[in-house]
Order: sequence, then C-alpha cells, then structure tokens
Amino acid sequence: MSLAKPMMRGLLAKRLRFHLPIAFGLAFVAAVAFKYTVTEPRKRAYADFYKQYDAVKEFNAMREAGVFQSVRPSGE
Amino acid sequence: MLATRAFSLIGKRAISTSVCVRGGHGVAKVEDYTLPAYFDRRETPLPEIAYVQTLTPEQKALKEKEKGSWAALSNAEKVALYHLSFKQSFAEMNQGTGEWKSVVGGIMFFVGLTGLVVLWQRKYVYGPVPHTLDPEYKQQELQRMLDMRMNPVEGFSAKWDYENKQWKK
Repeated sequence: MSLAKPMMRGLLAKRLRFHLPIAFGLAFVAAVAFKYTVTEPRKRAYADFYKQYDAVKEFNAMREAGVFQSVRPSGE
Repeated sequence: MLATRAFSLIGKRAISTSVCVRGGHGVAKVEDYTLPAYFDRRETPLPEIAYVQTLTPEQKALKEKEKGSWAALSNAEKVALYHLSFKQSFAEMNQGTGEWKSVVGGIMFFVGLTGLVVLWQRKYVYGPVPHTLDPEYKQQELQRMLDMRMNPVEGFSAKWDYENKQWKK
C-alpha cells in the first residue's frame, strides 16, 4: 500500500510553464482582435468623414441653427 | 544550617497547607477552551491532539502493536489507527457543502425586497422630477445636440440624416 512520493518542489514553476504562454497568447489575440475590430474601422470612419467634409458649410448650418454665441443666425 | 534544615521541613508542609488554607483557590480551574483542541483543517494538517483521547482496551492494544514494525499491521489496523488520530480524511473535510445555494438565494431574495422598498419610496417619498426631464424639453435638448453636430463621425450626429431631417436607416 505504499504510495509514490508526491511532487514536493517546482509546483509554481510547473504551473507557470503551462499557464504563462497561454496568458501571453490570449493577451496577444485580444490585442489583435481589438485592433482589427475597433481601431481600424474607426480610423477608416474618420478618414471617410473628413474626405467629404466642408467646414464652412457645416459652420453656416450650425450658425443658422443658433448654437453659437459669437455669431447669431443671418436673419437677426 | 540548622535553620535552613528546619525551614525546609516546615517549608514543604507550609506550601501544601497554605493551598488548603486558601480553600483550593491556589490553582485556577482549567477551562476546556484553554486546552489544545482538535481541528480538521487543510491548512494545518496535524492537529495539536489526537482525535480519540480515551482509548478502549482494544485500542490500547493496537497502540502497543503500533510501536513495533508497521509492516506487521494489516490494512484494517492501519485505517483504525488513522481514525484514532484523525476525525475526517482530507477528502471529507474538503468537501463542498452546497451552502452557496442558500447564500445566493438569500441575496436574490433581499435584493428583490429592497427593490420593492425602492418602488414604494419612489411613489410615496420622492417629490416630482425636475422640469428638464419633460418630453418637450428632452426634444429641444435632442435638437440642440444635432444642431451642434455632437459626435458627427461615429456617434450621435453620425446617425442623423441632415438632408432628409430623419434618422439614417
């Protein structure tokens, strides 16, 4: 009935050797996924928005709506 | 020297009689909780005392046999010796109890109860909300947000169609 002597040392090292590559891998995958699902679409959205952006037209539209304090709508 | 010899004779008797004279209050009564206790705990695997303190004659005989070669003990005897020293095995003491179900149930019950209390409060204790939460006021707020072109790239105003004055499909 004599059992084998159990593992006495190196328990943390064994756990780290198994879990650290997994942890790094998952973190890397999360970063890559975030880059290609969030940051790249966002950069494209901003680029597309400003390609067709007419600042003066937008300013005049906002002025007519009455949101500015320095310039009132052209009617007043 | 005569004095010390005389003193030693009287001194020993004097100590014992002085205890009796004080009515047995010389030594405090030993309470149970001050003595070493038996615990089944994973963190301290060897308790301070054995589980079974008063041994029956068979158990005493087994303890005597334990003093010899352990190879001579049968498996049943080894298990019996284990049960003399320990109450629960590690497997038994580490078992889960299912207490968490009661705890989660209790939490949900009391959260629900608190919800009812909050509802009652909302109806009978609090006064009216500010006028800024009226629907007309909120409409004006919304129009102003669109006029200011808030978040025009990806957010709020990006979803409004300014040509057709409606939300983008």
